[in-house]
Amino acid sequence: MITRRTALMGAAIAALLATAPALADDLKLPRQHVNLVAPPFVHPHEQATREGPKIVEFKLTVQEKEVVIDDAGTRFWAMTYNGSMPGPMMVLHEGDYMELTLVNPETNAMPHNIDLHAATGALGGGALTKVNPGEQAVLRWKATRPGVFVYHCAPEGMIPWHVVSGMHGAVMVLPRDGLKDGDGKPLHYDKIFYIGENDLYVPKDENGKYKTYETLGESYADTTEVMRKLIPTHVVFEGRAGALTGKNALTAKVGETVMIVHSEANRDTRPHLIGGHGDYVWEAGKFNNPPQKDLETWFVRGGSAGAALYTFREPGVYAYVNHNLIEAVELGATAHIKVEGKWNEDLMKQVSPPGPIPPDKLGAIDSVSPVVTR
Amino acid sequence: MLVAIKLKFAIAAGLLAAPVVMHSLTPATVATDIGFAEFAEIPPADFDYRMAGDFSRAGRPVESPNSTTRLSAKLRIMKRQVTVAEYRRCMNAGACPRIGSADARPDTPVVGVNWHDAQAYAGWMSRTTGLNYRLPTDQEWSFAAAESARSEVAPLVDPSDPAQAWIARYEAESARAASVVLAPQRVGTFGQNSNGLRDVGGNVWEWTDTCFVRATLDDGSLRVTNTNCGVRVVQGAHRTYMTDFIRDPRTGGCAAGVPPANLGFRLVIETGFPGMRGMVSNFFGSLRRS
Repeated sequence: MITRRTALMGAAIAALLATAPALADDLKLPRQHVNLVAPPFVHPHEQATREGPKIVEFKLTVQEKEVVIDDAGTRFWAMTYNGSMPGPMMVLHEGDYMELTLVNPETNAMPHNIDLHAATGALGGGALTKVNPGEQAVLRWKATRPGVFVYHCAPEGMIPWHVVSGMHGAVMVLPRDGLKDGDGKPLHYDKIFYIGENDLYVPKDENGKYKTYETLGESYADTTEVMRKLIPTHVVFEGRAGALTGKNALTAKVGETVMIVHSEANRDTRPHLIGGHGDYVWEAGKFNNPPQKDLETWFVRGGSAGAALYTFREPGVYAYVNHNLIEAVELGATAHIKVEGKWNEDLMKQVSPPGPIPPDKLGAIDSVSPVVTR
Repeated sequence: MLVAIKLKFAIAAGLLAAPVVMHSLTPATVATDIGFAEFAEIPPADFDYRMAGDFSRAGRPVESPNSTTRLSAKLRIMKRQVTVAEYRRCMNAGACPRIGSADARPDTPVVGVNWHDAQAYAGWMSRTTGLNYRLPTDQEWSFAAAESARSEVAPLVDPSDPAQAWIARYEAESARAASVVLAPQRVGTFGQNSNGLRDVGGNVWEWTDTCFVRATLDDGSLRVTNTNCGVRVVQGAHRTYMTDFIRDPRTGGCAAGVPPANLGFRLVIETGFPGMRGMVSNFFGSLRRS
């Protein structure tokens, strides 16, 4: 609940922050600026670091724009951080400070802010970052808990609409000495993918065709009506059905260890790698808890991120899905991973290809029984 | 900007209105559209045909047999795919199942049809014209498709390392899928082949009457070990196999593949002894599934 007082305080502090980035110099720490990349990729980062804490600078620019969300060309008004939905993953280490500049260009129509689940206080920063079109704010927060966390927009009165319109992403706070299994053995990854799942609610006209709108604002009322029924029209990864299949399929090699971070800012999901497993899974996404081993499907609660490590053992085309298979196949929540390498016959072998059922087995009873009954 | 968008809406509205006008005012035009003139008549000639199905020798997948063959009679096949306008007539006559995609532009191929819908349409056409309409066999389709037919073999699965073929197929399918516009286009958009057939290998795949078979080629002889008429050969930019009740190929595929864009069909008129061939294949088809 936001009272008038906290709102005013937020405004006052935001004003202070906005006037003087120099304020952040109260910390005598080295600074590092990070250029973000769009999902499924993650900006370069150290998994473990020998360096001391630093201030890591990130910049997110809000973009409101119409996007296409499936192969049928369905158009959808998106609100995004840096143009992608979800927004980019931001990585830092426990004990680091994130200094985040949130820019809301004048070309946008809506006020926006950011609630970082990894941060402590002020509604995750939401109360200190509310920016109108033509404004920006800078927020600094200390990364005290290692794990993967959701961030999302949370403007009063319109939170769910902003979130299901694309304004969410993830932060990964790595332990300074890297990831470990339950016995303290270090864990590494050769590759990392950030999969952001979106539940989208697109209004239809009386003929059942998806509606389009001239402006973002005009889509609000109809979209909210669909949202309130809680049945998404699309459940997709990276903002679009097919964003991670075909030519956009992810790639890996046999022997490579891949970290898959999966976030859903609004709704529960259950990732599953068809033909593979989760070797080490932080289902709730928090690295101070020992990872679970050998999972088949893991549960990512709405409003959280989970992380899974897997070393590929067989080549082939894998499907990484939300194992509500209706959502995976009919609504879009499917990614493909092409894995190159040598087949391991010990793990799997086709003993006999599909063919006729041998008559001596199928027909045995039929051919014998008449004799017996006679 | 606003003006441009409004204009687009106006055009869209015009398009939506068009089918109604077409249907209520010009049934005659539509009817002549599907007359005899729209059929290509192709006299028998030698052509290369690669059999449809899965073939193996000594338990290992092999290329399906490719041979020079010849149809026994001339082939009379529709120059274009059955259109929305045509299918809608059958639907309105109560002879074809109602499908959601029938409200599309009348001059586009009808899509979102399964094998049974195509059968229903062929049956209705036969009853109303007295001619014997049916789906082409895969062999007939390949002959008519001529240079547009794709007879290359998908990468063979090596049982000791099956993943290589899966990846190769996936990449080939992905490359193809990226170049395809998904929405059905006006008849003729994808050109015309040497037999005068339009849109062969465009973005609408076509049902054939051929059942899926699995066969062995051991000892130099072909032996069909399984015939599944619940799965039919579908032809287009590539040959594939579809369960007969699938209307939207995108939801009929498996977890890791790139399916055809749309399912439609074109018909042939039986030129031999009327009906025999289609009846026989349908008879066996229905036996299999009962």
